[in-house]
Amino acid sequence: MAGAVWAIGEIVEGAPTRLTRELATLARQLGEAAALPVAAVLVGPDAAAAGALLAEHGPDVLAVEVDPGGRPTAAVIAERVAALVRERAPAFLLVGASNDGKDVAGILQGLLDWGVLVNGAGVRWSDRGPQVEMSVFGGRLVTQSTFAADRGIVIVRPSAVTAETAPAAGQVERVVVDPAIELAPVRVVDRVAEASAAVPIEEASVIVAGGRGVGGPEGFAVVRELADALGGVVGATRAVVDAGWIGYAHQIGQTGKSVKPQLYVAAGISGAIQHKVGMQTSGTIVAINRDPDAPIAEFADMMVVGDLFEILPRLTAAVRARRG
Amino acid sequence: MRIVVLLKAVPVVGNEKLVDGWRVDRSAGLEANGNDEYVLEAALKLVEAHGGEVVTLTMGPHPALEAIRKALAMGAARAVQIVDDALAGSDALATGRVLAAALAHLEYELVLAGADTSDGQGGVVGAAIATRLGLPYLSYAASIEPDPAAGIVRVRRISPTGYDVLEARLPALIAGTQLLGEPRYPSLRGIMQARSKEIATWTLRDLGIDPASVGPAASQTVVQEATPPPQRAGATVVREAPDVAVERIVAFLVSRRLI
Repeated sequence: MAGAVWAIGEIVEGAPTRLTRELATLARQLGEAAALPVAAVLVGPDAAAAGALLAEHGPDVLAVEVDPGGRPTAAVIAERVAALVRERAPAFLLVGASNDGKDVAGILQGLLDWGVLVNGAGVRWSDRGPQVEMSVFGGRLVTQSTFAADRGIVIVRPSAVTAETAPAAGQVERVVVDPAIELAPVRVVDRVAEASAAVPIEEASVIVAGGRGVGGPEGFAVVRELADALGGVVGATRAVVDAGWIGYAHQIGQTGKSVKPQLYVAAGISGAIQHKVGMQTSGTIVAINRDPDAPIAEFADMMVVGDLFEILPRLTAAVRARRG
Repeated sequence: MRIVVLLKAVPVVGNEKLVDGWRVDRSAGLEANGNDEYVLEAALKLVEAHGGEVVTLTMGPHPALEAIRKALAMGAARAVQIVDDALAGSDALATGRVLAAALAHLEYELVLAGADTSDGQGGVVGAAIATRLGLPYLSYAASIEPDPAAGIVRVRRISPTGYDVLEARLPALIAGTQLLGEPRYPSLRGIMQARSKEIATWTLRDLGIDPASVGPAASQTVVQEATPPPQRAGATVVREAPDVAVERIVAFLVSRRLI
């Protein structure tokens, strides 16, 4: 099996995202296991500068500079990556499971006719190429999948690997590519920053999430305080997002985000399947619920039966006291 | 506005009937994919505001009549389903090709799709279809504002730091999210009207697609094994009063080196 493994990265505010650093690390690990060359590709107005940061993780970086104007759209990235793929013939592309990453993967599938393995929770090298682990059917099964051909695109979830710097950094190569196919243009009219939207929930190592049991928007204060004390972020169920108690960026589960923190504290969450599918692979799950028979008891590691308004503030104080 | 909504019938999450280890029995017990119902609702509101009609487009090895009838009862004008035995076991690549071929037989200003499906979880098919058809692709939509007279559409797209306002010419393909708003419940009148609405059934042959180019034999991805996930040991139940309960939680978190 010949052909390189490429990590297709993303630049946000001038730097490669954490997920991009994980992809570069994963590319290096696969390259070592398979004795294949690896590279990372960055497309953006500041690709070379971001590339220097990404190269610390090992792979050489192909930096495709595009006109200034902020973060390029998925179409701008994908048409350049497709041109580079045709020119240099890599075998496997690793793309992050972010909104932009999934868009890039989908456009590349349309342009290249390659297979895509989605939702990769882990990727290792097998005699059939990359073998991708994913959780399917509401977590009832874990599948291991490969590509039918010697090529393919893997969409990799956050925290599938830990980003590590390499003993020897890669080189940054500035690349000029001419997109052979121009995709239908999408114009970015405005980019609006919203503090409430910028929740790095998929990258968090601790999440404290609230459900209907928090009672209302004010009830999230105790959730937020515990999250702060633990150095984590706030999550929520769809029911409370629909009720307008907290923003969609916090929603975990089906039609929301999937997360895998080391610690998941579920406060006032019953554990319906729609929520479970987004958080069941978390490291340790602690549930606090008045109802000892809530479904979450079936997949939690610790089930605390009680009133979250009595328990969370005390737990916050105890955590703060330990941390000094 | 003529709007095509891509509607997938999916197994109810957690209640999938599995056969041969990991394949899903899709012959019964399916419902409309959650994100598809959000974009259907958005499509119905758009035709209420701008005129026109909503057509749903579905594909699969079995007729998905329950999900389609609900969409018709909600207000879609008619439905097209591509039903063919050969479609069983198709991957995202084949799915995108078939839906793109079907869309070439339909007329529209907008194609709407859910941001992802609860069974496939990929979120890549919409982008692949738009690419094949040369349509602008606008994704993760929280709102959709077409200006049919000017021939453009604006979308508010969820971004890592907030949202982006995107604009493209019509026709365009938009993948939408829950932020588009709660889907309506079918009214009794809607349910009655749905009975007389057209459900056209097309085969792969009607679309000029070789059955050998879809299904498991053509799939670019192969499941090598499927196993149940590692089971948790079972929850330690804490029923003590708050002060003692918190001591126990802290001790547990310390034992797992989490604090």
